[in-house]
Amino acid sequence: MPAATSLDVTAIRKDFPILAQQVHGKPLIYLDNAATSQKPKCVIEALTRFFQMDNANIHRGVHQLSERSTQSYEAARGKAQRFLNAAKAREIIFVRGATEGINLVAQTYGRKYVGAGDEIVISAMEHHSNVVPWQMLCEEKGAVLRVIPINERGEVEFDQFEKLLNHRTRLVAVSHVSNALGTINPVREIINIAHGWNVAVLIDGAQAVPHMKVDVRNLDCDFYVFSGHKVFGPTGIGVLYGKEQRLEDMPPWQGGGDMIRSVTFEKTTYNDLPYKFEAGTPDIAGVIGLGAAIDYLDQIGMDAVVAHEHDLLEYGTRALENISGLRLIGTAREKAGVLSFVIDGVHPHDAGTILDREGVAVRTGHHCAQPVMDRFGVSGTTRASLAFYNTREDIDRLVAGIQKVKEVFAV
Amino acid sequence: MINDLYQETILDHSKRPRNFQFLEDANRKAEGYNPLCGDKCKVFLKEHEGVIDKITFQGAGCAISTASASLMTEVLKGKTVGEAETLLAKFHDLLTTDQPLPKDLGKLVVFSGVREFPVRVKCATLAWHTLRAALRGAGEVVSTE
Repeated sequence: MPAATSLDVTAIRKDFPILAQQVHGKPLIYLDNAATSQKPKCVIEALTRFFQMDNANIHRGVHQLSERSTQSYEAARGKAQRFLNAAKAREIIFVRGATEGINLVAQTYGRKYVGAGDEIVISAMEHHSNVVPWQMLCEEKGAVLRVIPINERGEVEFDQFEKLLNHRTRLVAVSHVSNALGTINPVREIINIAHGWNVAVLIDGAQAVPHMKVDVRNLDCDFYVFSGHKVFGPTGIGVLYGKEQRLEDMPPWQGGGDMIRSVTFEKTTYNDLPYKFEAGTPDIAGVIGLGAAIDYLDQIGMDAVVAHEHDLLEYGTRALENISGLRLIGTAREKAGVLSFVIDGVHPHDAGTILDREGVAVRTGHHCAQPVMDRFGVSGTTRASLAFYNTREDIDRLVAGIQKVKEVFAV
Repeated sequence: MINDLYQETILDHSKRPRNFQFLEDANRKAEGYNPLCGDKCKVFLKEHEGVIDKITFQGAGCAISTASASLMTEVLKGKTVGEAETLLAKFHDLLTTDQPLPKDLGKLVVFSGVREFPVRVKCATLAWHTLRAALRGAGEVVSTE
């Protein structure tokens, strides 16, 4: 049965040189995209071209290379702006990744507006990166962390969320898509309700941007973060989107070059957005690589990506459900990109090792989401996570690998 | 080869771990933890005049770590503390060097396949790290990291 997709996946796979290799003598099946995605040639070439032709520091030199480098860097900001449909380029802050974006907001917005007895709301399915920065802030300020529970399918309990909000709530921080479960959260509704209480909302979009069109103006979120490396760009670069007024109201974070307008030992005045939050020489190559990744996604078209991955997820869900002794963890009605599961009588690490020997790369363990594992009463899961370059054949190889796991363990 | 790792004895001990219980009259115990995978292991010892009279364990982990703990309790029962320390060193060599297999390892030789799977070495050594902490009386939770 042909996949219902307009993607030419055979052609697309040729854009990803890393996929055409064997591991342990078997063709590589890469299903660890939620950990990090692979990079298309155009991204690799953009990095090479930058270092071979344009490398210079930005916003400083008057020379030709610096001008080119600055132009490419700021052009990538424009691409990120359009990628998220932000109103202005100055609302795009380059950071190291989603983690740094969340920490930035916690330590600037959070420190300014959260006080003793105030409350921050997160969900029970957050990655540690959207838990720990808020715990640190709460500890510092004497504030309280409130957690929206999730149901058996791995969906937030919306009515419980509404009950958690009160006049002490200062911020809501939830993931758009869960890395461990694949749940797509109803973030539009969450933001709407939170705004009714005049509460700012941060959305962790690390697992959303590779799988769906994100429109921060339509969502009306106050902050949105994502990591470049999960969306086919380089590691070490990511984006914090913030509404202009929010960012203006926030104190700067790190001090240093580029974030200042003038410095004397008596008084320093800070630079405008977005530079106020970009102290020091940034990861210029990373930004340019991320810009190339966004161009690549634009060219493929997010609608086609969504359709293809929807087909893969349905196909994979059906295939895994048919395996006896296998339990899917995370069965939300709205899901993207993730098939997380446990096999009776087999620890996830043993499954992961055997799958690896079959050429199938998956993640095993708690996925930096230990509270989610506790919620489902498991120590960890095996997680296959998808990208648009995956195929139904990849799922078939995963299924064959799971059969091998069951054979070795005689379960 | 995957079957070199998951040998019959390992699968057997992982499914039916021996000496898998709390030890009421333990006079030495320790708790081990592998933060990378969440595996936990508690080792209980009844030591009398330098001899391990009884040894048990509890915990949750993968097949390799469970089987390693189970086999460890089997081979160490009745051994002196000195013998246990020697076996620990040999077991470590078995997993981490490419030297010929150490002698006198007895049943523990089934773990020789772990050499080919470097990321799994810590699974096999967790129980032994915990044992060492118990013997040396460190008392707190030991970590593989």
